Amino acid sequence: MCLAIPGKIVELDPHNAHLGVVDVVGVRRRVDLGLLQDEPPVPGDWVLIHVGFAMSKISEADAADQMRTLTMLGETEAAMQEVRGYGLENEEQDQSSQRLKQ
Amino acid sequence: MKFVDEFRAPELISKAGEEIRRLADSNRHYRIMEVCGGHTHAIYRFGLKDLLPSNVELIHGPGCPVCVLPMGRIDDGLSLATQPDFIFAAFGDMMRVPGTHGSPLEYKARGMDVRIVYSPADALKLARSNPEKHVMFFAIGFETTAPSTALTLMRAKAEGLRNFSVFCNHVTIIPAIRAILDSPDMRLDGFVGPGHVSTVIGCRPYDWIAKDEGKPVVVSGFEPLDILQSIVMLLRQLRKGEARVENQYKRVVPWEGNRAALRAMAEVFELRPYFEWRGLGFISQSALKIRASYAQWDSEQRFSVPGVRVTDPKAAQCGEVLKGVLKPAQCKLFGNECTPEQPVGALMVSSEGSCAAYYNYERRKPVSIASAAAN
Repeated sequence: MCLAIPGKIVELDPHNAHLGVVDVVGVRRRVDLGLLQDEPPVPGDWVLIHVGFAMSKISEADAADQMRTLTMLGETEAAMQEVRGYGLENEEQDQSSQRLKQ
Repeated sequence: MKFVDEFRAPELISKAGEEIRRLADSNRHYRIMEVCGGHTHAIYRFGLKDLLPSNVELIHGPGCPVCVLPMGRIDDGLSLATQPDFIFAAFGDMMRVPGTHGSPLEYKARGMDVRIVYSPADALKLARSNPEKHVMFFAIGFETTAPSTALTLMRAKAEGLRNFSVFCNHVTIIPAIRAILDSPDMRLDGFVGPGHVSTVIGCRPYDWIAKDEGKPVVVSGFEPLDILQSIVMLLRQLRKGEARVENQYKRVVPWEGNRAALRAMAEVFELRPYFEWRGLGFISQSALKIRASYAQWDSEQRFSVPGVRVTDPKAAQCGEVLKGVLKPAQCKLFGNECTPEQPVGALMVSSEGSCAAYYNYERRKPVSIASAAAN
């Protein structure tokens, strides 16, 4: 549960200022950006995600380090399962990924 | 050695090991507590103990949220969820934690509506999509997860979502450290401070450990090199007779923490006068309670909670292991009656629990950077 997962912000939700789409090794999910409201991230920024909320902005190099740490800890699978689980795989999400494809 | 290449700077790992051996005074026995369960996991996984001289001992701390939750709270949460049209939502880590009459997973097998969520925001989503049911999020965790629960409650209130509540078991790390330092059978020389809790609370809350208790604290990252460097930093301070708070994990942890996260917590939570911790007993002002202004979304204020108190199974020595008095393998049940597949105590359930970490890695020693780095 204390996994912190690195992801790249790829899109901000135009309808909901506190939501954004992150890319975690190719998996795109919507996360809450409300805990970064003092320094709101923009597309291209890297963040550490914890239980569906972006917790801190990090550099790209630190994101790569963090992903390697997860791999070394044998937690990559658990991390990806967690990321895939965000949003409960619902309709809203499919729409957001479709929108991204367009 | 192939797997060594996967680690950042294996030569630095060897050097850190050498530096630790150089700094450790051979006439002294050092007891260093790693507070966070994530660190405990990493220490076992990477066999870091093998890189340390025998007089530098790592003591595993209470920073595993699932482990410190007393069974009575699980029973209370599950008993609420037996109401009709009720959904019990919790993180996956909670699912196999035993309550008196079974784990959430076992309740699910008996027909209760139990859902795994990966984010409190998803529990909120469940409530939106199941308006005819009540969704209760069984919240656990230290300051790393508490801000996410707080924001979720703020969103529920803003939306006026009435069929959602949180059964709040959030705890705070500082009072637990204080309880450990106050315990007469515990002698510690310093602390490897938690990484992700500190992204929220920052480094200042540890000041008293250095100033009043005279023990150094180094907030640490999770890579093998991070943890070893933190031990080097602690030993340097101890050698000079200093006690300061240092931040080894600067790339992620800001000294002042995350103010937005702290504001969200302050908006939604207040301190409970006291809270029971498995193994540590009742600790004053050690847990968070939902404020009256959010009473509508607080399962405990909204429903009547039995307030169960259960003593742990007598033979299981979770408390002693949690306090660092016993090593996991010294518990009578370890590896026989209590295994990750059939856990009796919570420390065997979570990957951050020291018993599970010890069981999974120490017995089999699958990856040891220590031996590899030495070659």
